Amino acid sequence: MLIRKPADLRYSDVTPKEVYLNRRRFIGAGAATLGAATLGSLALPSAALATATVNGLVKTGPYHNLGDEKPSSKATVTGYNNFYEFGTGKEDPAVNAPKWKVPAEWTIHIEGEVMQPKTLSLDQVMKLAPPEERIYRHRCVERWSIVVPWIGFSLSTLLKQVQPTGKAKYVAFETYYDPKAMLSPREAGIPFPYVEGLRLDEAMHPLTLLSFGMYGETMPNQNGAPIRLVIPWKYGYKSIKSIARIRFVEKEPPTDWGLYSSHEYGFYSNVNPEVDHPRWSQKEEQRLGGGFLGQGTRMPTVKFNGYGAQVASLYSGMDLAKFH
Amino acid sequence: MNRFLSSPWTKVVVFVLSLVPLGVLLWLCWQAYQSADPTEFVTANPIEYITHYTGDWTIRFICFTLCITPLRMLLNRPQITRFRRMLGLFAFFYGCVHFAVWLFLDPRQNTIPAIWEDIVKRRYITIGMLALLAMLPLAITSTAGWVRRLGFKRWKRLHKLVYLTAIAAVIHYWWLVKSDIRLPLMYAAIVAVLLGYRIIVWMRDRKRKLSDPRAPQPTASTS
Repeated sequence: MLIRKPADLRYSDVTPKEVYLNRRRFIGAGAATLGAATLGSLALPSAALATATVNGLVKTGPYHNLGDEKPSSKATVTGYNNFYEFGTGKEDPAVNAPKWKVPAEWTIHIEGEVMQPKTLSLDQVMKLAPPEERIYRHRCVERWSIVVPWIGFSLSTLLKQVQPTGKAKYVAFETYYDPKAMLSPREAGIPFPYVEGLRLDEAMHPLTLLSFGMYGETMPNQNGAPIRLVIPWKYGYKSIKSIARIRFVEKEPPTDWGLYSSHEYGFYSNVNPEVDHPRWSQKEEQRLGGGFLGQGTRMPTVKFNGYGAQVASLYSGMDLAKFH
Repeated sequence: MNRFLSSPWTKVVVFVLSLVPLGVLLWLCWQAYQSADPTEFVTANPIEYITHYTGDWTIRFICFTLCITPLRMLLNRPQITRFRRMLGLFAFFYGCVHFAVWLFLDPRQNTIPAIWEDIVKRRYITIGMLALLAMLPLAITSTAGWVRRLGFKRWKRLHKLVYLTAIAAVIHYWWLVKSDIRLPLMYAAIVAVLLGYRIIVWMRDRKRKLSDPRAPQPTASTS
């Protein structure tokens, strides 16, 4: 792993060329001697190589570890993902996403109901604030959960770079989509590019994290490289990955799973054991990575994923069964 | 070919092959049990994996069972029927394991009201239960004694329930996937072909019977 001072770390540098070249050579050698390129990539987890250490990580602050949780193992978090662009099986993204190369000139467009639209490079975004480690519980709508030590800062830091107009009530997000490297919407069954949205106050909430790393390193591809959202009190699919576009809007924006089936996946999607998913109860969850067959790690799901003290006031007076 | 199909050893081979999926699963569990690291299992979510794995093999064995009659007729090898009962019982067996894993390990409260709520409220579980329950009388009456007791005609009529199981199993799969319907679609196509074949044979025989009532009984009976 290459360690550099934060000042000269540019995003285009995070995947050292030598590492890539070495990997190619390794796979090449494997293919030549063993006759199977897959053996080469199996022996050398490419995901581990595509990341670099994040320097100057701040491990304190009010949101560092609210629940005093122990993070799940890195193998669990990087080996079991829902990232339909790279396959609909849980193990698919860990296999397919590392083959995709994050475009070196990544930009984020901030547009819509703002005084002055802005396009920022990833390097510019990452320099807006010191990177903080935030250990959040992550609850998937499918009833599994993990604890992840994310790296990033509050999304509000980025959103404050532009001045929204008076009309802006919601923020819409869009994932980067490369049809050549990713599944088609027909294969995945959901529309691409993936879209998500938050109410403006949710987007500005300090817990809403703009994240570009985990486990002390930059974001692995399968977890949403190079930059993604993490909204710890909502089901996982709200935390959109690989963000390319942010748009301030007046009306509630469409969400990807909502477009697929709005009665199953509401706009708010707050973690809530009192509101069942039509196809299963949300009262319990399986904390992944806990002993043989996960026994003893099944636990009751907590409203707002345990972040009620911080976020419940956002929804005071709302019928959360109706606005699920 | 005939000698191969009639040999008692072929049945043993099919039996052992049918146990391979179970063996592989037990081996994976044993490996995970031996290691202290839970990520040693194939996935980070073993319960989900085992549920899907046993469900996959149930629907596969239902399809294998439904292949017997068309194969027998197309290849004109009556001996193939010898394997039908065993394959059907394996479908039931994997279905029971699938059910037991869901019953005891699924992440929900393990109380009878919570389980009952799941069965009646979630339509994919309701229809999955139907698919399994429809196999129960077939498994019970799979012995030669039951064929005698019921009489072959009634026994055969009863065993047409397997069509219901196949259709219910496909719908169960279709309703439970989130959005990627490619695999359920594949099983739907396979079951449609296997059942469609029977409909065609049935219509052909009926037409023959109507045009010539004295014609010999249909050569091929479907079940």
